[in-house]
Parts: sequence; C-alpha cells; structure tokens
Amino acid sequence: MSGHTTELVVFTLLFLVVSGMGFVAARWRRPENIESLNEWGLGGRNFGSWITWFLVGGDLYTAYTFVAVPALVFGAGALGFYAVPYTVIIYPLVFLVLARMWSVSHVHGFVTPADFVRARFGSPTLALLVAITGLVATMPYIALQLVGIEAVLKSMGVTGHLPIIIAFAILAAYTYQSGLRAPALIAFVKDTLIYIVILAAVIYIPAKLGGWGSVFDAAKAKFDASPAPGDGIILNANNQLQYITLAFGSALALFLYPHSLTGVLASKNRNVIKRNMSALPAYSLLLGLIALLGYMAIAAGTKPVMNPDGKTADNNTIVPQLFDQMFPDWFTGVAYAAIGIGALVPAAIMSIAAANLFTRNIYREYFNQHATDAQEARVSKLTSLLVKVGAVLCILVLDPQFSIDLQLIGGVIILQTLPSVALGLYTRWFHKGGLMAGWALGLAVGMWMLYLIPNPVTGKQHFGGSAFALSNFGFDTKMTIYVGFVALAVNLVVAALGTLLFRALKVADGPDATSRDDYFADEGDPKVKDLDLTGSH
Amino acid sequence: MTTGEPGRPRTDRSPWNWLLVLPIVLPLLTFLFNADEPRLLGFPLFYWLQLAFIGVGVVSTTIVYRMTK
Repeated sequence: MSGHTTELVVFTLLFLVVSGMGFVAARWRRPENIESLNEWGLGGRNFGSWITWFLVGGDLYTAYTFVAVPALVFGAGALGFYAVPYTVIIYPLVFLVLARMWSVSHVHGFVTPADFVRARFGSPTLALLVAITGLVATMPYIALQLVGIEAVLKSMGVTGHLPIIIAFAILAAYTYQSGLRAPALIAFVKDTLIYIVILAAVIYIPAKLGGWGSVFDAAKAKFDASPAPGDGIILNANNQLQYITLAFGSALALFLYPHSLTGVLASKNRNVIKRNMSALPAYSLLLGLIALLGYMAIAAGTKPVMNPDGKTADNNTIVPQLFDQMFPDWFTGVAYAAIGIGALVPAAIMSIAAANLFTRNIYREYFNQHATDAQEARVSKLTSLLVKVGAVLCILVLDPQFSIDLQLIGGVIILQTLPSVALGLYTRWFHKGGLMAGWALGLAVGMWMLYLIPNPVTGKQHFGGSAFALSNFGFDTKMTIYVGFVALAVNLVVAALGTLLFRALKVADGPDATSRDDYFADEGDPKVKDLDLTGSH
Repeated sequence: MTTGEPGRPRTDRSPWNWLLVLPIVLPLLTFLFNADEPRLLGFPLFYWLQLAFIGVGVVSTTIVYRMTK
C-alpha cells in the first residue's frame, strides 16, 4: 500500500476536481429551465463540433475498452486488434445514417431510438421491444465501467468495494443534477488526460524496451511458444473470418446502442455530425496505440494481478500494472486517473440514455400518456439513479464475469434492432410484424450460438466468447465466425419473409408519422410542434 | 409541410457517397495486411497498414462532407 501513496494522492485529487466540475456543469451553457429531457437528457440539443467530439469520443471509447482491448491483445495477439478496423469502418458506415437520424429526431423531438421506431412503424409494441433491447444491452455496459475503475484500484493495492460505491454515488449525484452537461464537461478533462498518457506511453515505453521492433518480436516469441491455437501477432487461416465479421458486426452495432445516439442527438445540426465523422477517428488511432500496450506488457514482462482464487490472473489489470512498472509514481497516478475518469463519462451518458428509454418508451407509453416535460425529466433523473444502483449491485453481488458475459451478449442483441432502427431510416417497406418476428428469431439464434461456445482458457462450458465454430453447422473446418453477424442475417431474412407473409395475409400495418422531408431537415427548419401551432401539418 | 422550399426536393444522394465504400471495405480485406513483412519503423505490416487505413477513412469522409455540403 505504502508504495502507491503518490499514485493514490494524484488519483484522488484529479477525481475530486472532476467531481466538482460535474456539479458545476449544471450552470454551464445554462438553460432557462433544465426540467425537460431536451435539456437534462440532451444538454439542450445545441452542442457544436468540439463539444460533440469530446462527448461522443468520451462516450464510445470507454474505460473498459481501454483496459479490455490491450488485455485481449496481451492474451490473444492480432485478434484483439479488431478494434482498429472496427473503429475505421464505423464512421463512413454511419456518415449518412446518423445525419438522417438527427434530422428526423430534430423534427419530431425524438430522444431515443425507440421513439423513432414508435413513430415510423406506428407500433408501441415494436418500440417497446427496441427499448427493452437497448436497456438490457446498456446495463451490463455500465457495470463494466466499474470493472475499469476496479482494475486501477486493484493495481494501487486498494481492495474492498467501498471506494467504488463512493465513486458511483458521486457520479450519480452530479448526473442527477446536471444531466448530459456533466459528462460533456468532464469529457474535456478525461480525453485530454487520456491523450497525454497514451502519447507518453507510446513514445516512452517502447524506447525503454529497445524500440517497436523488439516489442513485436517479444510478442511473437511468446505466442510462438504458447500452445494455444488462435494466438499470434498476425491472423491465421481459422480466425480471419472471425476478425472480419467481428469488426464489421461491432461497427454495425455501435450506433444502435442508445447511449451512442444520445451524443449524436445532442449536437446542434447535421454538419456537426458529419464533421465529427472525420474527426472521431483520432480516437481510433489512440485506441490502436492503446491496443499495442498489450504487446509492450509482454516485452516488459509485466504480470497481471492475480484473482482472489490465487490460480487465475486478471488480465484486465495488465495496462495499469504496465504503467506502474514503467512510469514514475506521479505520472502513474495521472494515468490511473485518466482510466478512472474515463469510466465516469460513459457511465453517466449510458445511465442517462437508459433512463430516457424508460421514461419515453415505458413510462410515457404505458403509465402517463400526457406526461409534461417536467414529469419526464423527473422520472428520467430518478431512473438514472436506479440504473447506477443496479450497476453497482451487478458488480458487488454477482461475479464481474457475469457482466462481461452480458456485455458480450449485449453486442449480439443490440444488433437485432438494426432492421427497425437503421434500415427504418431508409425504408418503410418492412411490416411491423415481420420486424418483430425477425427480432425474436435473431435473438433466439444468437443466444443459442453463444450458449454453445466454450472457453477452454477459463474452463467455461457456455457463453465463453463470440467466436462460433462453423463446425457446429456441420462444416468441416476450424474457422470461426462472429455470432452477432449470423444472428443479424437470420433476423433480416425472417423480417423480409415475415413482411411478405403479413402483406399477403393483409395484416394491418401501423401508420408512418414521418414524411420524406423530415429525414433531411436541418437546424432552423420547422419542427412538428411548431407546425402544429401554425396548423399546416 | 404544405409550404415546401422552392427548387429541388432535398436529398442526401450524391455520386461522392461512393467514396465512403472504400474505408468500409479496405479494413475487411485481411489478405492485404495479414503479414509481418515489410515492417515500418518496427511495426509489422499487419499493424501499420491498418493504422494507415484510419487516414483513408478521414480523407474519404472529409471529401464527401466538403463536396456534398
């Protein structure tokens, strides 16, 4: 413990500064009245390019990512680098899609993806399915941010759950008060710290280890010596398909997560979003370099902290351990603070997104159809508290591995909302019944496949990863494929066939409340409320 | 809306959008980069080429944004 005093002091100081900012944020770009979801939940829908860059970057590239991706590279090698193609593909992929989503949400005042589905397909049930899927996928993600903080605390020799409870209580309090303004303001500090730490790490650590060449050579030597079949510093014949489908599937899934959309809808116009599609890849470069910290840890002979059982190691501690080994104490403290604060920003945004889903698509739809703005804001604020208590309980009561498994499942299930949410922005062809059938079967197939995947390293029989052996389908091969990709394919086929069937049976479809122009509207264009007032709608 | 803007109806279609396909497809072609040699500054091809694709993504989205503004 004594060896970590400097680190703890620096960590605590930075943590306190950021917490203070969280509370002050309520007065930043102060609205006349924060008691509405547009203000509390979307920061006034008025963020420009810079704030959006920090906010969305701070939201997508979470503390867990920064801890888990290098841990994966440390353990498996090249496969873990999928994070780079994943985050290269994502922005050109959603460039046009997000602009449409922003426009139609701007016109109709949508706050969640399920709001859009509700209006587009005229089906509260389909919207409810989308909302619940979003909630289930987001909850474990919030819990995982705690794993990120815990990895840092473990490396500082801090054990016990009290520090995490305190950190989340503070987070809950300022999110309650300031809403989306809190993570938006904190993101400036978080990302600045992360950029400084990682730039220092990728210049300083390889230099100490004899250059990048020897870092990669050390990793190669380790994987050559290991008996595991899938590792190595490049891919082999069997995991290339997994690499491709995992990168592509993850890219498709990312902006279906409700919290990703929260940052997008908070921006003030279409150009802010489009400019950010060119600017956000700066974080992808950062993530690529962070991934390589896994190899630096191999070259430096870093050992992860052992789990309490004393037999297995917690690979998630590999980056904090590497920093501890290589950096002077005060800078290690800064690095730990970067990871710790890095957990707060996404945790805040995710809890706001989850709370908004509950408020808009469950509370408003089923309990209080005529909820006022102030009532919506109050319900969201309270729900955001509950969500955080739930996340802490997830970590305290359940095995953290459970959250990791759930997050893996989360990626697969959130993909099942793609036909309604993403394709819905382009076509109204699908029948609501077909979409529901596709969602259900995609989900079933995905869960079944995940259930069949063992993990030989941890000795788990089920839910051991997302790489599904094609031999399960009867193919004579050792190739694997990403589960979400197959599940989505099933979903799309069923949705299309279901649509044809329901049309043939003349089953009534829901009305579409949007019109073509809504998808191209920009800042300053009339909104539905304004139109209602002028009577021209 | 009953009072549409004068001129063409709004759209996000443009031939420039095809440029977005490039950074989506390139990172998925593992045969392009799944090798150790040639190395660049000590980085195996697998790593430096995929990091370089980030640049392709930035350039493509920037061009599309500028040309369709």
